[in-house]
Amino acid sequence: MKLTPTTKRVAVGLLAAALPLSMAACTKGGSSSSGGAGGELTMWTHNAGNKAELAAITAIVNDYNKSQSKYKVKIQAFPQDSYNQSVVAAAASKKLPCILDIDGPNVPNWAWAGYLAPLDGLDATLSKYLPTVLGKWDNKTYSYGYYDVALVMVTRKTILDKYGIRVPTTDSPWTKDEFNAALKKIKASGDFQNPLDIATSFTGEWWPYAYSPMLQSFGGDLINRDGYKTAEGSLNGPKAVEWATWFRSLVTDGLVPLKSGADPAKDFINGKSAMLYNGTWTAVDTRKAFGKDTLFLPPPDLGTGPKIGGGSWQWGISQNCSDQAGALDYMKFAAQDKYVASVARDTNNIPATDAAAAQVKGYEKGGENEVFLDYAKKFAVLRPVTPGYPFIATEFTKTAQDILNGADPKQALDQAVKNIDANQKSNGYFQ
Amino acid sequence: MSTITAAENASATTLRERKPAKGSRSSTTTALLMLLPAAVLLITFLLIPIGLTFGLAFTNARLISPRPAEFIGTDNFVRLFQDETFWKSLRNTIVFAVVIVPLQSACALGLALLVNVKMRGVNFFRTVYFLPVVTSMVVVSMLWLFMYQKNGLINEVLLKFGIVGPDWLGDPKTALLAIILMSAWQAMGFHMVIWLSGLQTIPADLYEAADLDGADRWQKFRYVTWPGLRATRTFILITITISAFALFTQVNIMTQGGPLDSTSTLVLMAVRTGFQQQQTGYASAISLAFFVLVLAVTLLNRYVTRDKDVVR
Repeated sequence: MKLTPTTKRVAVGLLAAALPLSMAACTKGGSSSSGGAGGELTMWTHNAGNKAELAAITAIVNDYNKSQSKYKVKIQAFPQDSYNQSVVAAAASKKLPCILDIDGPNVPNWAWAGYLAPLDGLDATLSKYLPTVLGKWDNKTYSYGYYDVALVMVTRKTILDKYGIRVPTTDSPWTKDEFNAALKKIKASGDFQNPLDIATSFTGEWWPYAYSPMLQSFGGDLINRDGYKTAEGSLNGPKAVEWATWFRSLVTDGLVPLKSGADPAKDFINGKSAMLYNGTWTAVDTRKAFGKDTLFLPPPDLGTGPKIGGGSWQWGISQNCSDQAGALDYMKFAAQDKYVASVARDTNNIPATDAAAAQVKGYEKGGENEVFLDYAKKFAVLRPVTPGYPFIATEFTKTAQDILNGADPKQALDQAVKNIDANQKSNGYFQ
Repeated sequence: MSTITAAENASATTLRERKPAKGSRSSTTTALLMLLPAAVLLITFLLIPIGLTFGLAFTNARLISPRPAEFIGTDNFVRLFQDETFWKSLRNTIVFAVVIVPLQSACALGLALLVNVKMRGVNFFRTVYFLPVVTSMVVVSMLWLFMYQKNGLINEVLLKFGIVGPDWLGDPKTALLAIILMSAWQAMGFHMVIWLSGLQTIPADLYEAADLDGADRWQKFRYVTWPGLRATRTFILITITISAFALFTQVNIMTQGGPLDSTSTLVLMAVRTGFQQQQTGYASAISLAFFVLVLAVTLLNRYVTRDKDVVR
C-alpha cells in the first residue's frame, strides 16, 4: 500500500492521539488489586535509608516466610522523606500494601481515615509492651512498635564537676531554677560556645517531639486531652505562656543557639556545647567519644516533673488488604520478644518489652542503658491521640519557631489555638 | 466545439472548486488530529486541575478524611483574608518580584555586554556565568545555606573587611534579601544568554553608522543597542516575573518560610497547607488567590509591553 501524504499525516495523528490513551490503558492493566493476592503479602517500610533497621526487619520476614508456606511477605522499602506521601497516595487509589509501618503520632489520623485495620487477637501479647509503642484510637489497637526512644540531656561528668553542678537522677531531676543557674554558670565561664544545644536545626516532627514535652513539664499541653475539642487554656494558658517566655529566654540569655549546627551531636563531641538535648540515638557516638564520662541525664523538672516524648515507628495492617488473616498472622509472628530484642539491638533503641530488654546488651538490670528504659517508663507522654495531630504538629512547629525568633508569646500561642480549634471543629471533632 | 469548451470549462471549474474544498476538509481533520495529543494533555493536566481548584476552594475538602467534602461558601476566603501569614506571604512574594526583576535583568544584561566581545577566552566566561543555571536549584540552595551561616564563608569574607555580617537567614530583616541575592545569582546566566542572543541580532552596520556619526559608547548603547533589544526585553521581563512569583524551592530548603514568616511565599503557604496540614480546600483558596495575582500581573505586563507602534 502506497501512503499518500494525507493518509500518512492522518496515521501519524492517530498514532499520536493513541499514545496517551494506550498509556492510560497501561496504567489500568498494570494495576493489580492491593497486596495480598495468592498468599503474597506486600509490606512497606520507611527504612530504605536505614540499613540496620531494614536488615533487622528483613530477618524477621525471612524467618516468617520459612516458618510456614501459606503466605509470603514481600518487602518494599521507601526513603523516609517521601514515605508518608507514598502511603497517602496509595490510600487515595486504594492500593495500600497489607503491612506497613507508621510514625506513632500519625496512627489515629490514619485509623480515622480508614487506612488501618485494628489488630484483633493480639491483646495478650501487646499487654507486655510499653504503652507508648502502641498506636491506639477509639479503644482499638492499630499498631505496635519494637522500640521507643527517650529524650535525654547528654553531658559529661567532668563538665558538671568542674562547675560544681549536681548530677541529677531519675528521682531527683534538676528543677527549673537549678537548670537555669547551671546553664548560666557554664555561660559565665566562657569555656563553651553554647552552654546547651537543643538541636533546633532538626526539622519536621522533631519540634513537637522534643519541645512539646517541655511545654507539658510546665503544665501546658498541645490540646486539652479531655475530648480533644479545644486547645484553649492548654496551649495559650498562663503555664504555656510561661513556657514560651522561658523558651525564648534561653536564646536571649545566650544559653542556647537560635540555630544549631547541621550536626549538634558532633558539636557536642567537639566541645562546642557543654550539654546536648537529644534522643538516645546519640548514645553510641557520644559514648565512643567520652566513654564512661558521658552522662545521660533526665530532662529538667520545669514544674510538673520531667517529660519526654513517647512513640516511634510502629507496624500495622491496612484496611484494604485482601488477606487480613494473613497479615494478622504475620503481625502475631513478628511480635515475639526475640524480634523486639533484635530490632531494638540493631537500631540502638529502647526495647518495647521487659523480656526483650533482658536480651539486649545494656538494657539488662544494672546495664548502662537501663536508665533509658526507666525514663521511657516514667516520663514519656504520648503526643495527643487525635486524628487532628498532624495539623497540631505543624501548627506547634511554626509557633515554637516564631517564639524562639522573638514573636510575642501570648499572641503566637493564641493564633495557634485559634487554628487548631478551627481544624478540630471543621472535622466534626473527629467523631 | 463550444459545448465541449463549456463542459470543459464547467468540469474545470468544479474541479477547481472541489479540489480546495476536499483539501481543506481533510486538512481540518488532520489539524484536529494533530491537536488532539496536546489538547488531551492540556485538558487533563491543566484545565481540569484549575477547574477543580475553583470548585474545591469553596469546600472543606481534606487530603485524608473519611468524611465527604462539604460546600462551605466563602468561609475559606474569609479565613484567608484574616490570616496574617497570608498577608505576609503576599507581601514577600511581591517584594521578591519587584526587587528581583530589575536586579536580575540588569545584571544579566551587564554580563551579556561583557561577554559579547570578540576576544580570546570569551567562551570560557560564558560557560562560567552559565554554570549556576545548569546546577539544580536544590543543590545551589544547600550550598548557599552553608555560605549564609553565621560563621559561613560570606561572613568570614566580610570580616576581612572589618564588617560583622548578620545571621543572614536567621534574621527576619535579612532573610528575604539573602534569598533574593542568591536567586538572582542562580538564574542570571540564563537571562544573560537570552540578552546575548538579542545583542547578536543587532546588525553590525548600525554600529558602524553610529561610529561614523561620532557616537560615544553610551550613545551607541542608548540609541542602537537598547532599542534593538525591545523584543528580548519583553521576553525577559515576562519570564523573570513568572519565575519570581513561583518562588518555592529556595525558601523550602533554606528557611521553610521563617523566621517569623519573613520569607514565606504564597506557593510555600499553599503547599504547606495542602500537604502538611492536609487542608485541600483551604490550599485551593490560596492557589486561587495566587492565580488572580498572576493573572493581574500578566495583564499588566501585556499592557506595559504592548506594541505601541501598532496602537499608534
